[in-house]
Amino acid sequence: MQDLGISVLFQGRNFVRLIEGLLITLRISFISVGISIFLGVLLGMLMSIKNPVIKAITRVYLEAVRIMPQLVLLFLVYFGVTKAFKVHLSGEVSAIIVFSIWGTAEMGDLVRGALASIPKHQYESGMAVGLTKLQIYLYIIIPQTIRHLIPLAINLITRMIKTTSLIALIGVVEVVKVGQQIIEAARLTEPSAALWIYGTIFLLYFLVCYPISLLSAKLEKIWQN
Amino acid sequence: MDFNFIKEYWPHYAEAGVLTLRIAVIGILASIVIGFLCSLIRYYKIPILRRIAGIYIEISRNTPLLIQLFFLYFGLPKLGIRLSSESCAITGLIFLGGSYMSEAFRSGIEAVSDSQTESALSLGLTKWQVMRHVVLPQAVSVSVPAFLANIIFLIKETSVFSAVALADLMFVAKDLIGLYYKTDEALFMLVISYLIILLPISVAAAYVERRVRYAGFGN
Repeated sequence: MQDLGISVLFQGRNFVRLIEGLLITLRISFISVGISIFLGVLLGMLMSIKNPVIKAITRVYLEAVRIMPQLVLLFLVYFGVTKAFKVHLSGEVSAIIVFSIWGTAEMGDLVRGALASIPKHQYESGMAVGLTKLQIYLYIIIPQTIRHLIPLAINLITRMIKTTSLIALIGVVEVVKVGQQIIEAARLTEPSAALWIYGTIFLLYFLVCYPISLLSAKLEKIWQN
Repeated sequence: MDFNFIKEYWPHYAEAGVLTLRIAVIGILASIVIGFLCSLIRYYKIPILRRIAGIYIEISRNTPLLIQLFFLYFGLPKLGIRLSSESCAITGLIFLGGSYMSEAFRSGIEAVSDSQTESALSLGLTKWQVMRHVVLPQAVSVSVPAFLANIIFLIKETSVFSAVALADLMFVAKDLIGLYYKTDEALFMLVISYLIILLPISVAAAYVERRVRYAGFGN
């Protein structure tokens, strides 16, 4: 009956439910991405300040967040923080908190790297032609930084979307959980449902991430020169 | 914090950590081989294989490991391909890692300037000699940072193996939380275990990255 297994996708609202699940994943990803980009830019600028104390603090934050697998961070917030502070955080909120903390660190490092990649003579030439500090940043540094940054930031978005798949493991009802429900429901009628459902989820993730990756690669190529 | 509890259950974590490391080592070594082959196929533009490698890399890089594992573990048995948790985890890690390693090698190979290969060819070196003595030594040294980052990335990715019922660190932690409600202790040991595994590797990687001498000429 393997050839008929695909029909499980189109029974009732199954396919629509999968898409709805995917949208929950994407919503969490994009909220986290938004927060991360905003805070990450601030963090990156903070990291570029030549103050040893700020440098040390931001560095510790960055390394601490980056060394832990994201799933561990998710567990720390979902199980640890909720118990330690006696607050109830839903899986979704925990996920947004964790991915924002992690995304901010990654984004901050990208911004720092982009700022550091601007050679010193760009600042000096700006000053030499009599621009004010604000003008130097506005017309010289920021446009160049953005060119470095945007392809990398878009790449980070796909990483965050892929990482969001982990929320299935803390019980958020998203695309994988919906898939599992469909498989459970079809257990007797369609034994091969798992193949088709997981295959579909696999494909859905690819369809979401691939265009974003392409865009990133394309922008990188365009802006290389 | 209940230290007797930690003392009692620490061996579970040690065991799980060893399992994680074993899978990571096998997976990473195989990923390096696959990645190397893929980047060579793409470098020499071998007709059909090149397409296959390209498709594989895009699929592997644009899907999460967790979903790859679910497909391998729950989906494939319906086609009669039954993998144990462990072989599933290893397969998944290789599938993911191969493409990342391939991209790391490729960026290294691309960084070797054409004048290098052309000069070597004009000196009468064979294609293989050019690869072996001119391109690879430079390419490998350029790809070292990406390569080290990938190793750390892949070790971190092993944390999702609990999803295919492999008794790894996450699995043990979740088990202890569920069984005894010792959340603080379980999470504390989880973090410590990952630190023990990842911290030395990350420090070593930072050291190597600083020390690596980029063997690039003619750029």
